[in-house]
Amino acid sequence: MYDAPKLETALDQQDIKISADKVQVYYGETHAIKDVSVEIEDKTVTAFIGPSGCGKSTFLRTLNRMNDTIDICRVQGNILLDGEDIYHAKVDPVQLRAKVGMVFQKPNPFPKSIYDNIAYGPRIHGLANSKADLDVIVEKSLRRGAIWDEVKDRLHAPGTGLSGGQQQRLCIARAVATEPEVLLMDEPCSALDPIATAQVEELIDELRKNYSVVIVTHSMQQAARVSQKTAFFHLGNLVEYDDTSKIFTNPSDERTESYITGRIG
Amino acid sequence: MSDATIDPVTQPAPKRSSLHQTDARTRKRNAAEKRFKAYGICAIAVGIFFLVVLAVSIIRSGLPAFTQTVVSVEFTMTQDQFDAAEGELFKTKAYSAFFNNALVETLKEKGLEVESDAKAFERILGKTGGTLREFYRANPDELGKEVDFELSASSRVDGYMNGRLTRDNMEDSRFLEAADLDIVDAMITAGIIKETFNWNFITGADSGVDNPGGAGIGASVVGSFFMMLVVLCLSLPIGVAASIYLEEFAPQNKFTDLIEVNISNLAAVPSIVFGILGLAVFIQFMHLPQSAPLVGGLVLTLMTLPTIIISTRASLKAVPPSIRDAALGLGASRMQAVFHHVLPLAMPGILTGTIIGLAQALGETAPLLLIGMVGFVARGYPEGFISGFTDPNSAMPAQIYTWAARADVGFYEKAWGGIIILLIFLLTMNILAVILRRRFERRW
Repeated sequence: MYDAPKLETALDQQDIKISADKVQVYYGETHAIKDVSVEIEDKTVTAFIGPSGCGKSTFLRTLNRMNDTIDICRVQGNILLDGEDIYHAKVDPVQLRAKVGMVFQKPNPFPKSIYDNIAYGPRIHGLANSKADLDVIVEKSLRRGAIWDEVKDRLHAPGTGLSGGQQQRLCIARAVATEPEVLLMDEPCSALDPIATAQVEELIDELRKNYSVVIVTHSMQQAARVSQKTAFFHLGNLVEYDDTSKIFTNPSDERTESYITGRIG
Repeated sequence: MSDATIDPVTQPAPKRSSLHQTDARTRKRNAAEKRFKAYGICAIAVGIFFLVVLAVSIIRSGLPAFTQTVVSVEFTMTQDQFDAAEGELFKTKAYSAFFNNALVETLKEKGLEVESDAKAFERILGKTGGTLREFYRANPDELGKEVDFELSASSRVDGYMNGRLTRDNMEDSRFLEAADLDIVDAMITAGIIKETFNWNFITGADSGVDNPGGAGIGASVVGSFFMMLVVLCLSLPIGVAASIYLEEFAPQNKFTDLIEVNISNLAAVPSIVFGILGLAVFIQFMHLPQSAPLVGGLVLTLMTLPTIIISTRASLKAVPPSIRDAALGLGASRMQAVFHHVLPLAMPGILTGTIIGLAQALGETAPLLLIGMVGFVARGYPEGFISGFTDPNSAMPAQIYTWAARADVGFYEKAWGGIIILLIFLLTMNILAVILRRRFERRW
């Protein structure tokens, strides 16, 4: 895609949105994330790459406390969102997740109409005062999800009837409808064909204007295409975290280089 | 890569075989598959055979319960006769005598000669005098007019009409003697005896032990209905709430494991145990009324709860976790995720489980034995909605059990007829379950 201009913008100085410090995650006895410290910038796409089982998805899910739903999972260390500890006892994970939205690997629209899929978040958070407000939010979100033109004539058709790529864009639109500050994406394109992937990637680049986007991906090309910062995870460790251009052209760690060149992973 | 290290000389040359020839191994495998299919078909055939045998025997034995034999006689009673009968010491006997005369006259008109034997007529038609006296006292203006009486024949005559009783297999008893059959035959020739549909069996209440003809299942259907109302109103909310908590909110620990194991075990506890529990707790300790549908409903609720909890949990589990993730990821609370998304998707399964549980409870007899719904003779309908719960009543399976235990063979076919009614209700409920499942099932 258009790699070159993106790499330049990545060099701009950005504010820190999420700051993780010495994060440890345990699944029962398993030490899944070891001592990970990372600073995620605002209005930036940050890619997490690494071989399967290296903990990148786990780490992503600690950022909006989705791991809370797993009983045996324990998190230690500090994760600050705008300087506030998100694991503080006073924090309600529900409030946090409204700020830190998430898009999952498999498109998971609710088995309801397209309209209701988008309107669900704004409804439960009370973002719309009237039906007209809600209509506006739905249209805006679907436009941001780059799917408005395809579905505007069938807003009340079931969301599950869309194609895989459309479903995933619907899920992204649903996530942005609640006006989050950070958008976490867990391998959003792994179930999509190349054309749908291209559409979603374009969308991610678009979203960067308003959000801090964190994307987990198995495709290094994708990381190179969409992100400005890249973090390489290996066996639960954060091996290297730097500008995407640097990681892919001149990695400082040997393991990163091996992975990128295809020798491990 | 590792293959490359193997010496090509030691590698045996691949055997060539034709695809047009089945080799021995494949033949064996195919034969095994065929055998297995045959076993399956056999099993299904045996199942269907028994089902057909069951259905045929139920219908054959039960259908006579839906017909009754009536003798219709045109009878006129004058004012004088009425006064004379009322003046007698044994009033109903006098009425019977007038009626018997009329009957003999009727047969004589058709050219049939029968002996006027009051005892024999009583064996055939029961105590007709009572019925007549009741009628004329209630409608005195019918006196002097011709009235067409339809009197139901006794259960033995009923049996003779539908072939249960023959001249060969009958024994003389105080219920029927062989000579009485001559009178019945005469009546048949005269065409005054006929079989009609027995509405009383469906709408009526239970009768005494010596009157199988008058027994109906209606009152116990009402009893069962009130019981099911109690079961539904208690077990659905309790069961669904318990399963939602266990499945979606409860932490995974030793205590919840223990609860889970116990719920599964409760589902396998014999129902009579629940009956004795109900007797001890609801009747002896809480002093709730005996034989009441309320208590029956409570006991059956205990019995149905595990079934509902297990099926509800299974259908909650079947909702893909991605739906929960999606809702939680949008900032929905757990409760919102469950009530807005998971529960609607699990609804068909929950409803099916509930209806199956209710159907099971509807057919349950053993616990009702112990709380007094079996021995009770449901002679009438409850008077109001509330008393429907608290007045002693019977239930369908209990009524069937009671009839089956009675000495008079006439009750035997009533029991079978009761089974037909019960099965109709069960079938309706199961069909409803299937329809609901189809209706609410959503695909994703």
